[in-house]
Amino acid sequence: MAGSRLPQWRRISQILFLVLFLALLVSTSLHSMIGTTSDIHVRGPVRLFFEWDPLVALTNALATRALYRGLLWSLVILLPTLFLGRFFCGWICPMGTLQHFVGNMPSEAKRGKQRIEANRYKRWQTIKYVVLIAGLVAAFFGSMAIGWLDPFSLLVRSIGLAILPALNFAVHAVLTPLENSHIAAIKATGGTIHALLQFLVLDLAQAHFAQGLVLGILFVAILAASLRITRLWCRSICPLGALLGAVSRWSVLGLHKDAESCDKCNRCLLHCQGGDDPIGGAPWRKAECLMCMNCVGSCPHGSLEFRFFRPVIEKNKEVASPDLGRRRTLTGLAAGAVVVPLMRANTGMGKSRNEKLLRPPGALDEPDFLSRCIRCGECMKVCPNNSLQPTLGQAGLEGLWTPTLVPRIGYCEPSCVLCSEVCPTGAIWQITPKEKGWVVDVGQQNQPIRLGTAFYDRGRCLPWAMAIDCIVCEEWCPVSPKAIYVEEAQVIDSAGNTKTLKQPRVDPSRCVGCGACEYACPLQDHPAVYVTSIGESRSPSSQILLNRK
Amino acid sequence: MDGEAGTASEKNTKPPVPHMTRRDAMLQLLRLGGVAAGAAGAGVWLSEHSLRPVPAQAEQARRDHRIAADAKLPQITVVQGGEPRALVQQALENLGGIRRFVSRQDVVVLKPNIAWDRTPEQAANTNPEVVAEVVRQCWQAGAKRVIVTDVSCNEPRRCFQRSGIQAAARAEGAEVILPDPELFREVDMGGVVLKSWPIFKPFLEADKIFNLPIAKHHGLVGATLGMKNWYGILGGERNRLHQQIHQSLADLASFMLPTVTLMDCYRVLLRNGPTGGNLEDVTLKKTMVAGTDPVAIDAYVAKAYWDLDPERLPYLQMAAARGLGTVDFAALGVKTSQLE
Repeated sequence: MAGSRLPQWRRISQILFLVLFLALLVSTSLHSMIGTTSDIHVRGPVRLFFEWDPLVALTNALATRALYRGLLWSLVILLPTLFLGRFFCGWICPMGTLQHFVGNMPSEAKRGKQRIEANRYKRWQTIKYVVLIAGLVAAFFGSMAIGWLDPFSLLVRSIGLAILPALNFAVHAVLTPLENSHIAAIKATGGTIHALLQFLVLDLAQAHFAQGLVLGILFVAILAASLRITRLWCRSICPLGALLGAVSRWSVLGLHKDAESCDKCNRCLLHCQGGDDPIGGAPWRKAECLMCMNCVGSCPHGSLEFRFFRPVIEKNKEVASPDLGRRRTLTGLAAGAVVVPLMRANTGMGKSRNEKLLRPPGALDEPDFLSRCIRCGECMKVCPNNSLQPTLGQAGLEGLWTPTLVPRIGYCEPSCVLCSEVCPTGAIWQITPKEKGWVVDVGQQNQPIRLGTAFYDRGRCLPWAMAIDCIVCEEWCPVSPKAIYVEEAQVIDSAGNTKTLKQPRVDPSRCVGCGACEYACPLQDHPAVYVTSIGESRSPSSQILLNRK
Repeated sequence: MDGEAGTASEKNTKPPVPHMTRRDAMLQLLRLGGVAAGAAGAGVWLSEHSLRPVPAQAEQARRDHRIAADAKLPQITVVQGGEPRALVQQALENLGGIRRFVSRQDVVVLKPNIAWDRTPEQAANTNPEVVAEVVRQCWQAGAKRVIVTDVSCNEPRRCFQRSGIQAAARAEGAEVILPDPELFREVDMGGVVLKSWPIFKPFLEADKIFNLPIAKHHGLVGATLGMKNWYGILGGERNRLHQQIHQSLADLASFMLPTVTLMDCYRVLLRNGPTGGNLEDVTLKKTMVAGTDPVAIDAYVAKAYWDLDPERLPYLQMAAARGLGTVDFAALGVKTSQLE
């Protein structure tokens, strides 16, 4: 019964990596650093799992013909996979672990015989390879649409933008009545739990994200599918799993089946995670195996064992490569090749950019941005002002779930560069507060990064339209000298009295498009000052001024 | 009668239909009756409680934190030519010492300006050393708690950190409280334009309140001084206050009656306030203006650095008219100390 303890070790590994993943996700936020007034940086290796992700690295390399900082670390996963197979999927991947956990829950639809049948290899498991091929081809043509399906993008986007904010709300909904209780014991208990959760997972303020409901439901649906078919997502869609499966073709570790002692009791199939036919008599599907070791652990006869360097005869009896076929390969190639031109022929990127598409500071010009952004939501999770939101249509269909600044929700904090620090692919290139140039070292010869330009709606602005004092926008304008300047004007109010007040104007050569004016404007529903993307420094063509300082 | 009525006489007939006993029927009726009565009762009770929702009742929470006047001591003092801690020390000494303001077991709340994500050199927030020195002295006077807090404009964690105030105050042992959105209470401010506003709780639960503003330029008013610092006790949509800023400031000054005001003029932001950022707009004045007359202090600083007379600052006139102090600081006799 050699190796029968392996599933337990695997379980420990899965739990540790899941906890690590969640801890990194939760700490992807602004943390104060005691004892310093210096710049604020992200604490801890919050990009770790993305840097480990060979799919992100490979697509990033295909799309940019280079590898962004840190992505070389993906070799830490890729190289061992070459030797050992898809251990990553079974032992490390938190998305796999969550499905594994849900898949083990008792389910009416997955019992005994049904479960055994569901765990036999199915031809539809090759869909993921088609997805992978299409994603790689699309990346080559400059679109990182694969980010919609990368498991870490999926996880951070779903948990960071939907599950955690929902948890935040639920915790407050439950604890606030407790904390307001007149009974001291209940009040104290509520307060203690609140303080503990605040320390562990909650943010200072409730975050809100566009499409949080959609992202949350998609995520729950993917997990719930495991109740019916174990790891349906891993087996059928996950492009990272497909990549690792393809790479594991040559691995030297494999499943040894002892045909003589196997009595086809099906116990191995009951617990198989990958759907790779570990049972005697059927060919083992090497590319599908997640190395979870459940088959070894559950075999009552010791007929199954993972061995290094097995004889060629044994290897001849199994299927090492993805069971793809020429037709499906071509389907993937064609899908990838067709989808990018189709998307680019759409409106959105060329002459019809959405005026409200404000990219975060450090973001590259739109084509370069889309060839890098994997829609992981790290930037949105870390933004302390909740300003960055996943797009729905603002960036075209191709840009679905990429980040956009919504000043009405939150403006861009002048010396903050956290989004550029967490971006794993360089869609938001890492910048320093000095490079951002809004406050730090103003007056030096640096060019500030501009997100857009502010404009006044004089029909709504209080001093312009209604003879009422205001200029909160001028107060908040963070650059110095201020981009909003005022002119004293004589106006007549409704009673016919002459009144002197200050009317605001924008100097586009100073405006950096941070959106603080729009955020602070008292006309909350439809601000009288608003930022549009014209003048954003990332785009040489989207400019107003002939000669901008 | 038997409960098992209709016992099959033959095999393979229909299965026996179990009949209910009278006892079971009665019990079932009782149960249903109970549920029905409960539902009806609950329904009536709930319908009686159907009241149109009204906003939370604003509470009366105004407190006077001032101390008794002392004819022997100045109501306004100006200290010049020292480092921040020395300025605080001399200013408090001129005003009679910290023990005049803080009694043993007092809960003291310090209200520096921590509004913006700026460093001390940029002079948009109160100097952290000023705050730290006041914290230290409050402990010396036997305070029970010393709390440092503000409701920032920019992201509070950034403001508290980059202002240096969080670190400096904690180093002296103060409690630094960030503006948690849940720690606000709706308060009846009783003002002319400020009626019901959410106020940050620590300001409502203090025995003594120190106003620690920084003097800065301000586009709308000309200068943001001591009374403008009370914006930082408010939550809600304070961007509406600009529409009647002088009346708002007078209302705030009537509501918040501080124990003492220590205005940081160590570095003064002369232009592009109140946010600033450009060091060219900051000038080193190495000064502190302090006292127990908040109107006189604002009037003095407005005149000294921006040459603004009280006529240009209607809120000072309003506050004076309400008996909160005098704009005529010269008449009070400013006690001046030169440190270097």
